Amino acid sequence: MHEQPIKFYQTGTFTVGNRLLPPEQRTVQSRIKRYNSLNSGHRACQGCGEALGARYCVDAAMEAANGRLIAANATGCLEVFSTPYPETSWQLPWIHSLFGNTAAVATGIAAALKVKRAKGERRHIRVIAQGGDGGTTDIGFACLSGMFERNDDVLYICYDNGGYMNTGVQRSSATPPAARTATTPSLEGALGNAFGQGKFLPEIALAHGIPFVATATVADLHDLEAKVRRAMEFHGARYLHVLVPCPLGWGFPSHETIKMARLAKESGIFPVFAAESGEVVASAPIRRKVPVEDYLRPQKRFAHLFSPTLNLAALARLQELADRNIRKYRLLPETL
Amino acid sequence: MDKPFAITLDPGSSLANRTGSWRTFRPVYVDRLPPCNAACPAGENIQGWLFHAEAGDYEKAWLTLVENNPLPAIMGRVCYHPCEGACNRGQLDESVGINAVERFLGDEANRRGWQFAPPLVSSSGKRVLIVGAGPAGLSCAYHLRRLGHQPVIMEAARHAGGMMRYGIPQYRLPRAVLDAEIARLIDFGIDIITSAKVEDVESTMREGGFSACFLGVGAHLAKRAYIPAGDAARILDALTLLHDVEAGEPPLLGRRVIVYGGGNTALDVARTAKRLGAEESIIVYRRTREKMPAHASEVEEALQEGVAFKWLATIKAADEGEVMIEKMRLDEKGFPQPTGELERLPADAVVLALGQESDLSLLDNVKDIEIINGVIQVDDNKMTGRAGIFAGGDVIGGEKTVTAAIGHGKRAARAIDAWLSGRTYAPPKKPEIATFERLNTWYYSDAPKTVRPTLDLVRRQSTFDEVVGGLTEDNALYEARRCLSCGNCFECDNCYGVCPDNAVIKLGPGQRFRFNYDYCKGCGLCAAECPCGAIVMVAEEI
Repeated sequence: MHEQPIKFYQTGTFTVGNRLLPPEQRTVQSRIKRYNSLNSGHRACQGCGEALGARYCVDAAMEAANGRLIAANATGCLEVFSTPYPETSWQLPWIHSLFGNTAAVATGIAAALKVKRAKGERRHIRVIAQGGDGGTTDIGFACLSGMFERNDDVLYICYDNGGYMNTGVQRSSATPPAARTATTPSLEGALGNAFGQGKFLPEIALAHGIPFVATATVADLHDLEAKVRRAMEFHGARYLHVLVPCPLGWGFPSHETIKMARLAKESGIFPVFAAESGEVVASAPIRRKVPVEDYLRPQKRFAHLFSPTLNLAALARLQELADRNIRKYRLLPETL
Repeated sequence: MDKPFAITLDPGSSLANRTGSWRTFRPVYVDRLPPCNAACPAGENIQGWLFHAEAGDYEKAWLTLVENNPLPAIMGRVCYHPCEGACNRGQLDESVGINAVERFLGDEANRRGWQFAPPLVSSSGKRVLIVGAGPAGLSCAYHLRRLGHQPVIMEAARHAGGMMRYGIPQYRLPRAVLDAEIARLIDFGIDIITSAKVEDVESTMREGGFSACFLGVGAHLAKRAYIPAGDAARILDALTLLHDVEAGEPPLLGRRVIVYGGGNTALDVARTAKRLGAEESIIVYRRTREKMPAHASEVEEALQEGVAFKWLATIKAADEGEVMIEKMRLDEKGFPQPTGELERLPADAVVLALGQESDLSLLDNVKDIEIINGVIQVDDNKMTGRAGIFAGGDVIGGEKTVTAAIGHGKRAARAIDAWLSGRTYAPPKKPEIATFERLNTWYYSDAPKTVRPTLDLVRRQSTFDEVVGGLTEDNALYEARRCLSCGNCFECDNCYGVCPDNAVIKLGPGQRFRFNYDYCKGCGLCAAECPCGAIVMVAEEI
């Protein structure tokens, strides 16, 4: 046992705030006067991970851009629950694009700002685009890949809740294997979503060699804010993929949203890392490793893996996916 | 109608949409009773003072501490810290070293000359007689003074302190520490008259114009056991020995000392004998180590110092240079039974440490006070059968520790305050205990306990220097910050951060938070992610 001098802060950076930390190390979210870019009164479900993740990310981007930020938003839960006409929850300039073209709309805004700057605009205005996993990994993929390839000056944020939740929980290419959705049923021995399909977009973004790619979850705010802050230090195309658990679509009680995100990270099934110019530069290590079963069991979308009989084969395959992430992204000290 | 084409409504804010109407459960902030506070015999608000120590505001921490206990530097040395046994952190890694931080605060107060806050209320002019300047009496006097009364302590011995001076050896409680904390009480306005034995309570009260009385005379008479002994056998009692050592006249013990008994006093004597030069110091106890009433930490320290133990043994007879002991065995009920097996042990002196009782002759003329087996009977408010006379400390039996005595003194002071104005004291209702299950321990940094340095063995055997060292500021702060703040908001901002609906209002440092029920949908994330369990979800009436 070693003595740890004064640097110990009770909850360290695990909690949202910490009165014992120096002010510059505290989160944007812990401030009395935070931006609240996504205001109260929105119509997201109880315990919505996406509403939480969106406020975390946009507030952090607002902080980095000194409040001069424009957002383009794909169709999806986030757009639907935040802007039923004539109300809006957004407290920044915000435009709703089509489902599939938000990356292109953001590219256009960035181009317009470039022209304005050339014509004498002196304020430094930044652009973000955001959408769910459906609008990002499926429908908007072409526009997004183009935005990456041209290295347009946009931070694209994908809030990944693993499906089309707004329209009734249909499968997307970000839905995990074996998950039950409306379009991948688990009836009569069917497994749910198939293994080996879909895609993990952060790795595709990485392959574009853009300045910054990162993943985060709503369970670790300090990590998430640091990634947004880092992303905003770059110009060019940047991509942030945030895991936002969905109580309705995943089938867990509304107070367990953050717990689910934490279990996803601690089991290794969702790797949390950062990459710059195509290379992984940092991984958020697993603190208290749990078997992937601990993450799956509380979710109704995986209930068919546990009853009426335990599907050991499927569980083993999912565990292998987690183990592969742990090896690949070096998520445990012994894998370093 | 000067709106753009196809626009019929003004843009509006979603604040118009009061999502609070969705709610079926509402979050409510609560303060629960931390297990440390619940376990403290002196009723300290431990979590409360640690909160200030965590921020490095030691004076505020000390001032919060002394609201309940005026003797933290003493407490930080002699208390057996039941708080640490109850500490929830013990289930995570190791309990918080509360006692060590308390000692640090007490020493810091002595070093920097911190003083108590002035009394809470203006002077009532009521005089209260307190018999005995031990921990119970000092505590009672302090709390009476805080409540505006004028306590006068009459102490039979030459110096104040009671068992803290005449029972606890200096290696556990240096006298400079004791003197400093007593001096602060005197500065606070408490009269202590020493060498003033009260012979008759009723007449002293009458003559001195006292409105009430608190008896904290302690238990200074050693209990004896009949042991057939030859004329040349040297048999002493523990209290007289400890008293003589304190007075600077240690008795001659010889090379081999046998101590008879299994309580903390027996250990104090055995360890003292080592320091007085005895080569062998053996404790003879009729039951086993597990059944010993002495505290485990003291047994451990005694073993380290080379004190030997004879478990399951009684002394049958003593003679010059030796004792005869009989081996015992435990029956199925755990009581020791003789086996008839005898053994001789060489012994130059035998010290009896078989418990203490009180000298209650001062009550001979008081009617209505019930005494059973030498113990004064009191009600919940520490009042005896004679209205206006209260008692606490060793004299009322039960747990005979300094900490318990301080708790008795506090409770009695509050009861006396109420009684003086014709009321009966009713303690406030205690909140629910903050149990480990209510915590979300993910949020606390991993951090094992800082162990206090102990004097190296050889040095401690030969001197009366203090055995257990103190914490430095660095590790006191570290230790304080290991507190989980069970059941009481410590402003970590988690509820404020994790609400997807921005329905938590942050009120600023020290002000905590408030829920905005207009928008709270009742998802329960704040309650689930509160590290210390200070939020409950309550069903809405629908």
